[in-house]
Amino acid sequence: MDVDGGSTSSDSTRVRSIPIHSGQCKAFLSQFKQQSLPACKPVLTPAWVIATLLLLGFVFIPIGLVTLHASRGVLEIVDRYDADCVPEEFKGNKASYIKDTSVPKNCTRILKVHKYMKAPIYIYYQLDNYYQNHRRYVKSRSDQQLLHGLKYNDTSSCKPEESNNGLPVVPCGLIAWSLFNDTYTFIRGTAELRVNRKNIAWKSDRDHKFGKHVYPFNFQNGTLIGGGKLDPNIPLGDQEDLIVWMRTSALPSFRKIYGRIEEDLEADDVIVVHLMNNYNTYSFGGKKKLVISTSSWLGGRNDFLGVAYIFVGSSAIILSLVFLLLHVKNPRPYGDTAYLSWNRKGISS
Amino acid sequence: MKRFVYINDDESPTQEIYCDNRISNRKYTLLNFLPKNLWEQFSRFMNQYFLLIACLQLWSLITPVNPASTWGPLIFIFAVSASKEAWDDYNRYLSDKKANDKEVWVVRQGIKKHLQAQDIHVGNIVWLRENDEVPCDLVLIGTSDPQGLCYLETAALDGETDLKTRAIPSACMGIDSDLLHKIKGVIECPNPDKDIRRFDANLRLFPPFIDNDVCPLTIKNTILQSCYLRNTEWVCGVAVYTGNETKLGMSRGIPEPKLTAMDAMIDKLTGAIFVFQIVVVIVLGIAGNVWKDTEARKHWYVLYPNEGPWYELLVIPLRFELLCSIMIPISIKVSLDLMKGLYAKFIDWDAEMIDHETGCPSHATNTAISEDLGQVEYILTDKTGTLTENKMVFRRCCINGIFYGNESGNALKDARLLNAVASGSPDVIQFLTVMAICNTVIPVQSKTGAILYKAQSQDEDALVQAAAKLHMVFVSKSGNILEIRYNASVLHYEVLEILEFTSERKRMSVVVRDCQNRKIILLSKGADEAILPYTAAGQQTRTFSEAVEQYAQMGLRTLCLAWRELKEDEYHEWSLMFREASSTLVDREWRIAEVCQRLEHDLEALGITAIEDRLQDGVPETIETLRKAGINFWMLTGDKQNTAIQIALSCNFISPEPKGQLLLIDGKTEDEVSRSLERVLLTMSITTSEPKDVAFVVDGWALEILLKHYRKAFTDLAILSRTAICCRVTPSQKAQLVELLKSCDYRTLAVGDGGNDVRMIQQADIGVGISGREGLQAARAADYSIGKFRFLKRLILVHGRYSYNRTAFLSQYSFYKSLLICFIQIFFSFISGVSGTSLFNSVSLMAYNVFYTSIPVLVSVLDKDLSEETVMQHPQILFYCQAGRLLNPSTFAGWFGRSLFHAIVVFIISINAYAYEKSEMEEVAMVALSGCIWLQAFVVTLETNSFTILQHLAIWGNLIAFYVINWIVSAIPSSGMYTIMFRLCGQPSYWITVFLIVAAGMGPILALKYFRYTYRPSKINTLQQAERLGGPILSLGNIEPQPRSLEKEVSPLSITQPKNRSSVYEPLLSDSPNARRSFGSGTPFDFFQSQSRLSSSSYSRNCKDN
Repeated sequence: MDVDGGSTSSDSTRVRSIPIHSGQCKAFLSQFKQQSLPACKPVLTPAWVIATLLLLGFVFIPIGLVTLHASRGVLEIVDRYDADCVPEEFKGNKASYIKDTSVPKNCTRILKVHKYMKAPIYIYYQLDNYYQNHRRYVKSRSDQQLLHGLKYNDTSSCKPEESNNGLPVVPCGLIAWSLFNDTYTFIRGTAELRVNRKNIAWKSDRDHKFGKHVYPFNFQNGTLIGGGKLDPNIPLGDQEDLIVWMRTSALPSFRKIYGRIEEDLEADDVIVVHLMNNYNTYSFGGKKKLVISTSSWLGGRNDFLGVAYIFVGSSAIILSLVFLLLHVKNPRPYGDTAYLSWNRKGISS
Repeated sequence: MKRFVYINDDESPTQEIYCDNRISNRKYTLLNFLPKNLWEQFSRFMNQYFLLIACLQLWSLITPVNPASTWGPLIFIFAVSASKEAWDDYNRYLSDKKANDKEVWVVRQGIKKHLQAQDIHVGNIVWLRENDEVPCDLVLIGTSDPQGLCYLETAALDGETDLKTRAIPSACMGIDSDLLHKIKGVIECPNPDKDIRRFDANLRLFPPFIDNDVCPLTIKNTILQSCYLRNTEWVCGVAVYTGNETKLGMSRGIPEPKLTAMDAMIDKLTGAIFVFQIVVVIVLGIAGNVWKDTEARKHWYVLYPNEGPWYELLVIPLRFELLCSIMIPISIKVSLDLMKGLYAKFIDWDAEMIDHETGCPSHATNTAISEDLGQVEYILTDKTGTLTENKMVFRRCCINGIFYGNESGNALKDARLLNAVASGSPDVIQFLTVMAICNTVIPVQSKTGAILYKAQSQDEDALVQAAAKLHMVFVSKSGNILEIRYNASVLHYEVLEILEFTSERKRMSVVVRDCQNRKIILLSKGADEAILPYTAAGQQTRTFSEAVEQYAQMGLRTLCLAWRELKEDEYHEWSLMFREASSTLVDREWRIAEVCQRLEHDLEALGITAIEDRLQDGVPETIETLRKAGINFWMLTGDKQNTAIQIALSCNFISPEPKGQLLLIDGKTEDEVSRSLERVLLTMSITTSEPKDVAFVVDGWALEILLKHYRKAFTDLAILSRTAICCRVTPSQKAQLVELLKSCDYRTLAVGDGGNDVRMIQQADIGVGISGREGLQAARAADYSIGKFRFLKRLILVHGRYSYNRTAFLSQYSFYKSLLICFIQIFFSFISGVSGTSLFNSVSLMAYNVFYTSIPVLVSVLDKDLSEETVMQHPQILFYCQAGRLLNPSTFAGWFGRSLFHAIVVFIISINAYAYEKSEMEEVAMVALSGCIWLQAFVVTLETNSFTILQHLAIWGNLIAFYVINWIVSAIPSSGMYTIMFRLCGQPSYWITVFLIVAAGMGPILALKYFRYTYRPSKINTLQQAERLGGPILSLGNIEPQPRSLEKEVSPLSITQPKNRSSVYEPLLSDSPNARRSFGSGTPFDFFQSQSRLSSSSYSRNCKDN
């Protein structure tokens, strides 16, 4: 970074040049012992620092523009539905609505496509104020059990959801227990939009982290029902919603993939979403959003990187200009040993 | 307490009481190694802390990460230091075993048997042959030599390489060698001690070897463990001290480990961080509990039980304690130890610090205190052998009022003296006789016929050599008979008694019988004040005093020679007293001195010898450079005041008039001393404002009074004075002075070469020994041993300074990187419900501290901020180290701020760039970790001043290693971060994020550094820039080589201007009752006043407080 290539110290000239042949290693060792290895001593010269900052600016601003462009090219439709899907009579007490099993949970949302969206289009559900990274939560799983199933007995890490009625739970732990269970169906015009819900989880997880022959067992059988249930006839390796959910998020606000729409959406298309609003975020004020988004080489829509690049780049340029101005207006005597205080005093006295 | 040793008595109980001769230097045994070693390691606070953390981590409820992440490094570190201890102990065991298994001839049941050395018991008779090593402390009872002498090489004991003679006690004289193994008797001796110069015991033989007298034993009658028998066919002796109770075994001790100022500062900073950590833990712990009770219970998926266990409130604070535990980096101790080891190695390897005369390299015995070298404020130096070569040459003499050698500077070439010798002038002959005989020199005839002298004192050697050159040759010594060849005639003298030299008596005498005329004469030599007062009444001693004065002004060492004829009965009467005194067990030394005094009176002074001790090469330059570097010098010598002052002048120690001023503290009584001290203090406090170099001179007598009664005032004086000369001081006073300066919180370095400096060297923060002619005693006791005084410059300015700079960087960097990752964890806790979740996984956390961030910084051991030449030219730059400018709370605050800033940058960028659908925990963690690794690589780069190939390898290689290691871990299906790193490296957004972190993190730091560097440069920066510009770095403060030879400066002063030297210079002291001399007033001198101001003590003190 601040290696100034041209500046080799006087050390290197003093030291005899290293012979290329067999003595090289020996010479190196002796130079090491004498602390006289040829060294490059970079110094922060004004020219070099100003140039570096300018270069930084000129590299970062274009990258920032490109990144921002890519991010802006991503189209997304975000629809918050948790509040609107509560029937009027429960508005005052949303928690009781979601806990009441007798109340139908289905809800319909209408989304408008503003611009042409090219396939593949990703469907995410977004949860806000949901702490998947909480200490109690994030540790409450057993990777061994997910892979080996009942053959693996030590599920102490899954507390407090490790067993039920004396039988182990597969998959155990709070994460699996709180599986997200809202479902969506999309209708464009009259036809149902085909949503591909395969291959949404990481292939490595499906193949190596979740057992192909491990079936859910004793799951959600307790008195306390958490989130979604699992089909006990499908092995964990194929339960992709679970696999996606089990990839915990580092942030309290996150999106998880629900599926892919593999046909283009035209501008002004109207999409009707039928959803089952099962998941309880009301008790802690969490938000639920449905996100339909295209993708770019950078991933989803996120202006942060582009803005940050432009900010850093332009700051670098401004800084370099300030330094340049300072340098021109107020040139410093460079390496003038007369400025050493002991020499100054020598002059004055 | 006494011990009674029954000689050769197999049934005596002593065999059981006293230990056998098994030597054991081992610290551990096989059984107690583990507990004892662990106990020792855990007696340190840092280790206790780490153990506590590691134990807490075993509680899975609170541990944020796998306990292995702490236990791994902890066990590794403990294993490393335990195996080092074990290896050292094993080597000690091997060498012990070798010594214990050695076979020796021992008498058992009256029969000589070949036994292992470890089976020797107290009271056994041991037979040794030539070149055997002595297995235990023995009292001689027989030798092959008819005179009862044997020769001993004591190098292993005291480092002196000359041969020493040892004699059998008089009671054993003449016992037939066949009867020796039947000898019975009792030796009454003190309990074991470590004084290798004293053995006050008595011997009584039992019938048939009846001897009425109790025979006194001295150290002369013993041969001590680890010496070698030389030039003697065989000896036999009685074991008195065995095993670990021998003199050598007792004196062996593990010195107190020294702690550097830097270590103390690091400990202090560690303490501060610990407090900070506790505060963070408490704050976050409370916040966590509050959040838990208000928020977390609403989050049903966390499933908090309504009723927790009793320790519930503790869980969250303890989790944070564990999360924050990495604030105190476990790696810092290992890194520091490694670095310190390398510093010491660099000193050992330094080709420029090899003494080419002896081929002796410098050596760092203590590997832990190199940084202190860079922080030295006071150097206390011995004179003889340290500043001077300790190569004594006889230069001048004054015999009976006639000065020889004044013209040529070499008395041996003075025609008048040669004529006097040739003509047989009786004064001169007597003078030469004393020179040749009055000593303890052993002449050894070499194969070529030349005579070599083995002398314990360099002065005696010089005198005997000089006498030989003046045709009075000391040819041989067989028993008590000395053979002297004078011109063609051979003279014999029988030595009757030797009145040995002690530092209290300051003289030595021999009583000899002249075999030619059977007369008994007493020959004495010693310091003038120890001889001249005892001369016969009526003898004019003025000329001698003047001669002494004159020679001392030239920096020559003077000895006064005297003699007296004894009457036969006077001698016999005295001899009885002497014998009695010699056999006392209590206060023997004092009693002997008293008895000697009775003989040494009414002497006839013969003359004065003047011996030159040349200054070592480069001493004035070294002292000048180090004084410019702000180091204060004190000279502590046993020599005379005038000699000391002259040497001080000639080696730039003090500056002559009018720039310099010497203030004398003297007086014989308490009153005089106190008045004198007050005056000096007054003068000092006034003159500190002037650019004047003030030094005070004090002698041993006055010092004794000062230290006893006026300690506080003297301490004030010590603080004010940059230079001091203390003459005629004893070893213990030297140590007291060191202690005095240490108590004022100064870093002291003591340098010396002889046994009399050992205490001072051990007392000082840093002890430097000159491996010189006075043996290796000082060098062994010292932390550093060097061949020549001038290497001190390089030791301090190059090695000390670099060590300080490097450790300053390493330690602060270690805290920076630990704080960085810790701050990120803390920030993460704010978005994870203050629940104490660790963002990073166990592997990353462990590898971050132990591996990723430790390797690159280790190569800073090669970093040089300024080249060696620049430092030598601008020694003032050492001030930065002395004042601790590179490691103190404010620099540390800078690093603290930097880690906070970097943590914010990394955290904000990682969580924003990897938000929404990319917010998978493992990925975010790896992005943040990559950001940290990249940042630290650039921080090391920015802070490195000189890049060698190794630095590039370590910094960039480490970055590559980070990816390689993570790819490997990512390839293991069972690991938590399976495929993560491959996934990330394939994403353009990952690289864009990482570069953003680097630019945002380093940009402001680069700008700030550049701004400081250019517009607020430190002296170091200015010199760096100057160096970069190339060309010769000229400054006014350059040290021109100044060939200040002793002769040139001194001779005009003392000889051509004899009147001037007593001229009085006392601007402030005109009321002084004592005539106060100014020294060297006749010589015009220039002095670099530039430095006296900068580095005057007040200046450096002010800066230190900043």
